[in-house]
Amino acid sequence: MSITDRVLGDRQRLAYIASQAADARLNVELETEGMTLNIGPQHPATHGTLRIIARLDGEQVVWAEPSCGYMHRGYEKLAEVRTYPQVTTLVNRIDWLGSFANEVPFILAAEKLMDVEAPARAQHIRTILFELSRIANVSLFLGDLGVQMGAITPVFFAFRDREYVLNLIEGATGGRFHPNFDRIGGLKDDLPKGWIAETKAVMKKLRTFCDQIEDLLFGNEIFQSRTRGIGVIPRDVALQYGLSGANLRASGVDWDLRRDHPLPMAWNKADWKVWTHPDGDSFARCWIRLQETREATKIVDQLIDTIPSGPIMAKVPKIIKVPEGEAWVSTENPLGEMGYYVVSRGELGPFRVKIRSASFNNISIAPWVLRGVYVPDIVTVLASLYFILGDIDR
Amino acid sequence: MISAVQLSAEVLAVEVPYWGQSLLRVLGGIVAVLLPAGTIVYVFLFKMMSFMQSRLGPMEAGPYGSLQLVAEVGKWLQKEDILPTRADARVFKMAPIVVLVSTFLLVAVVPFGPDAWFTNFEAGVFYALAVSSLSVLGILMAGWASANKYSLLGGLRAAGQLIAYELPMVLAVIGVIIQAETMNLQQIVLAQNTGSIFGFDGLGNPYVLTQFVGFIIFMIAVQAELTQAPFDMPIAESELVSGYMTEYSGFRFLIFFIGEFATAGVFALIASVLFLGGWGIPFAWFGWTDIDSVANWMNLVGPVIMITKMMLVAFIIMWVRFSYPRFREDQLQRFAWKVLIPLSLANIAATSIFKVVM
Repeated sequence: MSITDRVLGDRQRLAYIASQAADARLNVELETEGMTLNIGPQHPATHGTLRIIARLDGEQVVWAEPSCGYMHRGYEKLAEVRTYPQVTTLVNRIDWLGSFANEVPFILAAEKLMDVEAPARAQHIRTILFELSRIANVSLFLGDLGVQMGAITPVFFAFRDREYVLNLIEGATGGRFHPNFDRIGGLKDDLPKGWIAETKAVMKKLRTFCDQIEDLLFGNEIFQSRTRGIGVIPRDVALQYGLSGANLRASGVDWDLRRDHPLPMAWNKADWKVWTHPDGDSFARCWIRLQETREATKIVDQLIDTIPSGPIMAKVPKIIKVPEGEAWVSTENPLGEMGYYVVSRGELGPFRVKIRSASFNNISIAPWVLRGVYVPDIVTVLASLYFILGDIDR
Repeated sequence: MISAVQLSAEVLAVEVPYWGQSLLRVLGGIVAVLLPAGTIVYVFLFKMMSFMQSRLGPMEAGPYGSLQLVAEVGKWLQKEDILPTRADARVFKMAPIVVLVSTFLLVAVVPFGPDAWFTNFEAGVFYALAVSSLSVLGILMAGWASANKYSLLGGLRAAGQLIAYELPMVLAVIGVIIQAETMNLQQIVLAQNTGSIFGFDGLGNPYVLTQFVGFIIFMIAVQAELTQAPFDMPIAESELVSGYMTEYSGFRFLIFFIGEFATAGVFALIASVLFLGGWGIPFAWFGWTDIDSVANWMNLVGPVIMITKMMLVAFIIMWVRFSYPRFREDQLQRFAWKVLIPLSLANIAATSIFKVVM
């Protein structure tokens, strides 16, 4: 029996052992230990419930990995037990900021299977609403960019001006967030009276908003020092990871499905430009989105002047049965390429739907791009990659 | 504020016993800390920020939302005081009080009138700069004791930042000390108000004119000391949730919150004493030459002038806070060590040369 056992009580003995151990540790050469930081699932920077597991060395990220699925809602499975017109209600909620844009590729895929094409007027209005939802989506991104870097004022401007766009979408479709307006073969309704003049005024406001954001954020030295040269994604890596949308264009790849992909939509009837940026850093991604918002307002302005007259609905049966077959349609959504692979067995509902959402692929580059950045840059890089949680988890 | 002591002694000719004087000083100190804090929160945080962001801000509580702060305090007091399981309970509870105490210590040397001061301390500037760094201790305690990784990161960032910006602040003030030839804040006010610019004494000589480099460096350092944007990396709500305050709730968070804005107010007071002429209006207007010839009513007008100047300075602090995105930790360290400190050293050199030559 040692002396410690006899003389000391239990607590004292434990304290003695602990102090001995502490001395022993001190004698070993001082070694720094890494730290694992769980960012999320509940965290202000993750816009929902994304979880990023980061291994830190001081403030530097050694290794980081996104862990998705906290908000998985099983839309692919749910779509199998619904009829085709009911599916738009589901897919609306994938990218909730630009929800009309989610409906379009699915409807186009169904139309492709049925060999129906929407009338020219419907195509025009679809494209206009598509671009409006892009503006509603990306304008919030532009405001949120400031919040992620500590500038709290721009986000309120974004919400103020986004409200005008949401009013327009509500005026046309009846829903601010989830329009559920697209139908196989056309649209639910025609545009309301006075909508066109109002849209023109709003587009002017949105262009002013873009100028404001450019002044407030993009010209700010602190913003530039926080984004330039941070999170650089070279062209090859971007292609390998399957990035799409503005993230890919910011790496210098001239790729836009609206221009490259022949779809029964009206983009080719307007004159607009696909912007690319050679840098591939956070600043480039943000800048590309700013330019895209401007281009979108231009597209809306031009298309609204040239809406053809005619019906808004093609001839489709009352009860929609899609003939057997498989179809893949993808469009250039606000977040990137979004596509639906629809398998039909000739029934009322789809047999299988595979949803390719942009954010899921865009976030997959996070482990690559986050390696070696500082903790504050995690937030800016993620913000510039721009994901919507619903779009990742579906 | 504390002028009440001297006022009652001289104007009302009533003898106040020593314990009464001390009590009045303490009460005056509490008012001098909490009144600016409340005003800043309502006028700037609630209203000015809202107007900048195209919204109205609080409108319901009281006329024009003016009682919102009372409602907020009521809310915080009712909240549960949560203590994290693994937190170091004693240090965790003490930390917010240490932060607030440094603010109270800071206000002790600020003069509000010819006789309205808490302590007329010869090394006032030295004391103020020394106690202002006490809050680092509280912040480190909060960050460490919370047993939270975000708090720890925030606390360490805060410690690094506050130490880095302490230096430019001290160096910026040295220019003023050289020019005023004293470290007594009351004497600095006097020197500014009796001074003249090239023989023109209508404005006195507020040091913001001759020490504008020092003033700008001082304001930047104040911004960093207050951990406000663009230097709010320790709090950084979009990445560290709330930095060292993450685990605090209820009353303890309220103390941090009051401490933040009270310190903003007190630093604004010190900035107006050092650079804007303090409680004085140019003495030449009234034919005053030194502290004894200043009329007694200045003890009442002085605090009003001080509050006005404080609001002006606080406006600048808050304006910047609501406009700018934040620096990254390494960037703001680089800014302090590579830009501000060399600049303030050059300012000291220039001031000394002018002092000797002229």
